[in-house]
This record gives sequence, C-alpha cells and structure tokens, in this order.
Amino acid sequence: MRSGSDTPSQDIVVSLKGVHKSFGSNQVLRGVDLDVSRGEVVAIIGKSGSGKSTALRCIDYLESIDQGTIRVCDHQVHKPDVDLRALRLDIGIVFQSYNLFPHLTIEQNVMLAPTAVKKLARPAARQLAHRVLGQVGLLEKANQFPERLSGGQQQRAAIARSLAMEPKIMLFDEVTSALDPQLTGEVLRVIEDLANKGMTMIMVTHEMNFARKIADTIVFMHEGKVWEKGGAHILNSPGTPELREFLQHEL
Amino acid sequence: MGASFAVGYLMFLLKGAVWTVGLSLIALSCGGVLAFIVALCRIAPNRWLRLVTALYIQIIQGTPVLVIIFLTYFGLPSLGWSVSPLLAASLSLSVYVSAYLGESWRSSLQSVPRAQWEAAECLALSRAQRMMKVVLPQAIRIATPPTVGFMVQIIKNTSLASIVGFIELVRAGQIVNNTIFQPFLIYLLIAVLYFAMCYPLSILSRRLEVSAGEKAYA
Repeated sequence: MRSGSDTPSQDIVVSLKGVHKSFGSNQVLRGVDLDVSRGEVVAIIGKSGSGKSTALRCIDYLESIDQGTIRVCDHQVHKPDVDLRALRLDIGIVFQSYNLFPHLTIEQNVMLAPTAVKKLARPAARQLAHRVLGQVGLLEKANQFPERLSGGQQQRAAIARSLAMEPKIMLFDEVTSALDPQLTGEVLRVIEDLANKGMTMIMVTHEMNFARKIADTIVFMHEGKVWEKGGAHILNSPGTPELREFLQHEL
Repeated sequence: MGASFAVGYLMFLLKGAVWTVGLSLIALSCGGVLAFIVALCRIAPNRWLRLVTALYIQIIQGTPVLVIIFLTYFGLPSLGWSVSPLLAASLSLSVYVSAYLGESWRSSLQSVPRAQWEAAECLALSRAQRMMKVVLPQAIRIATPPTVGFMVQIIKNTSLASIVGFIELVRAGQIVNNTIFQPFLIYLLIAVLYFAMCYPLSILSRRLEVSAGEKAYA
C-alpha cells in the first residue's frame, strides 16, 4: 500500500500529539498521541467515556481541542486559521445515527455535496452517485427517501454520501452500534471492501472480531489516553490489565 | 330595511371583508420577510445580534397590537412622517407578525436536529448552503402547520385597524350601523364572516399537523 518513494513522515496522514480536551470540568482527552499512515486501518476500542468518539470528532474539527496538535494531511487542525472546507474535503465521516437528509432521496443525498461544494454538473454528479451507490449495493434504492430504508441500508447510503466526495481519509464513529447483528454484517462488508481498496480509515468500534479481521492497528483508549496500541495480537495477549479487563467484559 | 338597501349594505360589508383579507396578506408577507430575518438573527453566531433580536421579540410580544398601531398612526406623524391608515395598519401588523412568527420559525429551525447541521458541515457545505439546502427545507415542513394556524390570529387582529379609520370588515360594519342602527344583526353578520375566513385555516392547520405527524421521521 505504501509507495517506496514516500519518506515515512510524508506517509503519516493523521497525527495527534498531546491532545487535551475538556467539556466543562470533565477531562475527556488527557494527552492523546496517535499517528496514522496512508492506507492504514486503525480501530479504536475502549469503554464508553474513554474519549474515543471525541478523539475522532476532534480530527474533523467537530470539537476544538484545548491543548496539543492535530495534523491531517497538510492541515494544522489545531490552528485557528485552519481551512475547514479543505479539511472536510479530505475527510469523510460516518456517524452512528446515519444523519441522512430526510427531505432528499438517497440519490439526492449523495449528489448534494458534489454539486453544491465541488460544483459538479448534475449529470456527472448523478453518474458519480450511481457509482458509489453501486459500490455499497444500493443502486436500486437511489430514488427512495431515507425513511423507507432499513438501518443498514441507511448507513450504507451514508457511507456512499461520504465516498462521493472522494475523501483521502474515512472516519467511522460506531457506525454499527445502532444496528442489529444481521444488518451490522452488510455495513461491515462495505467497510471491509473499502479497507481492501487501500482507504485510510480510523474507526471507533465495538465489533472486536471485525477489528481483529481488518484493522492494521488496534488502539485501546482508556481514561482519555492511548493506553495500548498494536496489531490484532494485542486482543489475544493484552499488555495491560486494563485492556485485559475490557476484553473480558466485551467478549 | 328594504331589500335593495340590504344588498347595498351587504356589498359594503363584503368589500370590508376583502380589505380584511388584503391587510392580512400584506401583514403576512411583509411580516413574514421580517420574521425570517428575525429567526435567522435569533440563531446567528453573533451573541449581540441574538440578544438584540430577543429583546425586540420580548418588547413586541409584551405590547398590545393596538398600542403599536397608535404608535405608528399617531406617533410617527408627530415626528414628521405622515402615515395613512393603511400604511399604519400594514406597518404595525407586520411588526407584530415579525415578532411572533420570527420566534415560532426560530424554534422550527432549531428543532431540526443538530446532527443534520453537522452532517452537512462534514460534507464541506458552507454555512449558507447548510441553511438553504439542508436545514430550511426541513424547518419549513415543521413550521407550516403553526404558521397557517397563526394566520387566524392575523386575520382577527386586522380588526384593530378599524380604530384608526381603516375600512376593513369591522369599520365597514360600524359605518353601516351608524346608518341603519341594527347592531346585533350587523355584528352577528361580521362574526359569521370572520368565522368563514378563519375556520378553513384552522381546519387546514390541523390537517397539516396530522399529516406532518404521520410523516414524522424516526
């Protein structure tokens, strides 16, 4: 996945250093350090309240940080003059609650940003929409409204909507937590397909087996820090008592 | 009274009713434009803009419409602007509508989930695009039933314009009554005419509310 000509530092596309974030008196992030390389699939696991979703949201500047630095491609996300439009063109994010636009059809949902932001002509945008909807297996639902779709279909549509902007990095925030096991599978297959295509991805997940299967790196967050990090093997032989305890509760 | 008389008076009342509708439409359209601006200011990022608009709403909502009409019709001329009854009534009712509808539309805009703003933001849409393409279309659906319901209030409140001599339905009734002195008959007729204008709107509002409820998003 990594081209030989790139120096290692250029290969790092997301870099968090000493990131702190509080909500009022609640310190959610207490010094998060994380580097993600191009094409890497990172799964963030941890108890609720460990700061994993907040860390993800900070990367897309949905939350501003109190201290530390975040770099995404060429964007210095922690700086006040960060170009948010350019940042969001490089990052796609998918949420637990899908957040499709209920007044638009699936096709219109996907076409909105390419036409409004990238000024793509409608025929080209429709073609693009059909390509990404085909990729997530929803082509036949193009003209339906979101409310007519199952949760799994809505989530795949949300992924297609992000993909239509051709992001360099995809963030997934507990995208299957609202789905029953049967629907979870169809969403995970789409994500796995993306991973196989070399997309750089950071996902917050509760699906340990899925993380084990597709992630290059597992990041265990605990008390607002990256507590333990490594390949899938850390799920079998955790290096810290906290991760061991967490895994016992999860499985 | 003779039959020919009655027809003439009835026509006069109906003409008044047409002006009631006309004044209502003026108040709704001018007030609606203002209300939209008020609603936008109420959710603006700028704190002072929000505060000043909130104060405006409180002042207007805490003032009888009649006093606003007196202020424009008697107050403005004392400052050197001459104001016709139609202009005074239009201005006052528009101000009144802007405060009430502005606040109602603000809550409609804010009842579109924050996650919708966020999803649009993450797709790199500008603030204006988020508003126009994502939030506003959803807010309009939410706002339609209460707005149609509020039109009933506008229609009824146009009767206050009679006091500054604008000939709408009530003023027309007063004029007819001064001639034939049949207050019970005339004001009953006027009540029926108001009801005929308001009732369909009430029904429409209720229907819209029901169908909006049925289509409510999960």
